[in-house]
Amino acid sequence: MDWQALSLSVKLSLVTLAFLLPIGIFFGRWLAYRQFFGKSLLQTVLALPLVLPPTVLGYYLLVAFSPNQGVGLWLVNTFGATLVFNFQGLVLASIIFNLPFAIQPMQRAFAAIPREIREAAACCGMPPRQVLWKIELPLAWPGIVSAMVICFAHTLGEFGIVLMVGGNIPAETQTIAISIYDRVQAFDDHSASIMSFSLLLFSMLTISITYWLAERNQHTHV
Amino acid sequence: MALLYRSKSYQEHTINNSLNKNRSRLALVLLMLLSSPMIMATDVPVIAAAASVKFALQEISEAFQLDTGKRVRISYGSSGNLTRQIQQGAPFELFLSANTRYVAELERRQKTLGPGTVYALGRVALLTSKNSSLLLDEQLNGIKLALQNGQLQRFAIANPEHAPYGIAARDILQKLNLWVLAQPHLVLGENAAQAAQFASSGAAQAGLIAYSLALAPTLQQRTRYLLVPENLHQPLQQTMVLLNNAGDTVKSFFLYLQQDKARTILTRYGYTIPYR
Repeated sequence: MDWQALSLSVKLSLVTLAFLLPIGIFFGRWLAYRQFFGKSLLQTVLALPLVLPPTVLGYYLLVAFSPNQGVGLWLVNTFGATLVFNFQGLVLASIIFNLPFAIQPMQRAFAAIPREIREAAACCGMPPRQVLWKIELPLAWPGIVSAMVICFAHTLGEFGIVLMVGGNIPAETQTIAISIYDRVQAFDDHSASIMSFSLLLFSMLTISITYWLAERNQHTHV
Repeated sequence: MALLYRSKSYQEHTINNSLNKNRSRLALVLLMLLSSPMIMATDVPVIAAAASVKFALQEISEAFQLDTGKRVRISYGSSGNLTRQIQQGAPFELFLSANTRYVAELERRQKTLGPGTVYALGRVALLTSKNSSLLLDEQLNGIKLALQNGQLQRFAIANPEHAPYGIAARDILQKLNLWVLAQPHLVLGENAAQAAQFASSGAAQAGLIAYSLALAPTLQQRTRYLLVPENLHQPLQQTMVLLNNAGDTVKSFFLYLQQDKARTILTRYGYTIPYR
């Protein structure tokens, strides 16, 4: 077992989640409650990573953040930082890659909250922020948790983007999925099989947790 | 509705409490992540190396660590892909290419400290899995026969677009007038090691791979191989070059690679040391 790669993957997943939680809540809630011009276009863009091959996304990120030109050059000149071949770049890629997986379940969870409850709270003088903290979030939490669980597992298994934007650097961008690929090429089938089996078990666990949460969610709303 | 209101103050109390607790816990987790031991590992310089030199370099870096107490990290890939990564700002300090061409390209783009050094000469091997009945011979007649009678469906080489051992494999097949016959059967590995993996696992019935990989102990157990004559392909000049941001550790590793201990290991993996 490549513990270094595993801990790197877990770290990447957790940092990604820390960003995706507020982003998902904001966009999920916004898309659930508001109608505005260009909403369907925005939803299309946010859902793109679902169907886009990871290598396409990886390619665009690589080109956009390459320190030779454009945004990447500006980043180097302004902050002295690059976003390719390092951990920060992986975090950014993971956030983009996971957007639909974070937003869509949360959007559904917010949309499922009966409108009367929110209106009643507002009528009785509850300020919007309190409505969010005390009514919406507690009611939407199973959806939020399942979104986070999926994003965590998804980041753990990410391969194409990580290889392209990350460049397979041990202890920095060599995640568990890349390490498996590496072990296979090193004819080290033993390690590869152990790591693959662990990821398989973990994925099954993740899926059962999300199903369990979804079922609970249904019961509370019926 | 009434229920909702009656429980309001209680709910408010508990939710606020748990939110605050969660918030500080989250902050703690983030703090731990930011100061994780991973940061220590990033002080160890990273080397980009052609996948074909993987096993030899593993041994050399271990010997280097024993002798000097310094560590290096190695990122393996095809020489072409690594060249592209270096051009796009990958933080490598030393590049071990499987040919001279990519090093020259980086030098032209001013990504290197000085010109490259040829540290070894590589060879190509014809490889098949141990239980295969394929006939291995220097002129690849057995392969030709197997291709013609349908015994050989898949033949693995590294991708000639960006892997020097792929280019060498293409040279060999062209020189023996096998290219047209073999082409529909080729499986391209992303790099030399992947091609070797295809050929050794039986996914492809045979392959032209780096001799240094054929000599790796784990591969030797399950394969048969034959050294291909070196006049059938362009020389595989394993060339290394210090990159612009090379630090002291990597500079001493660069010298270490040209000393006897490293050369002995390279020779054991089938490399020839160029006359200096």
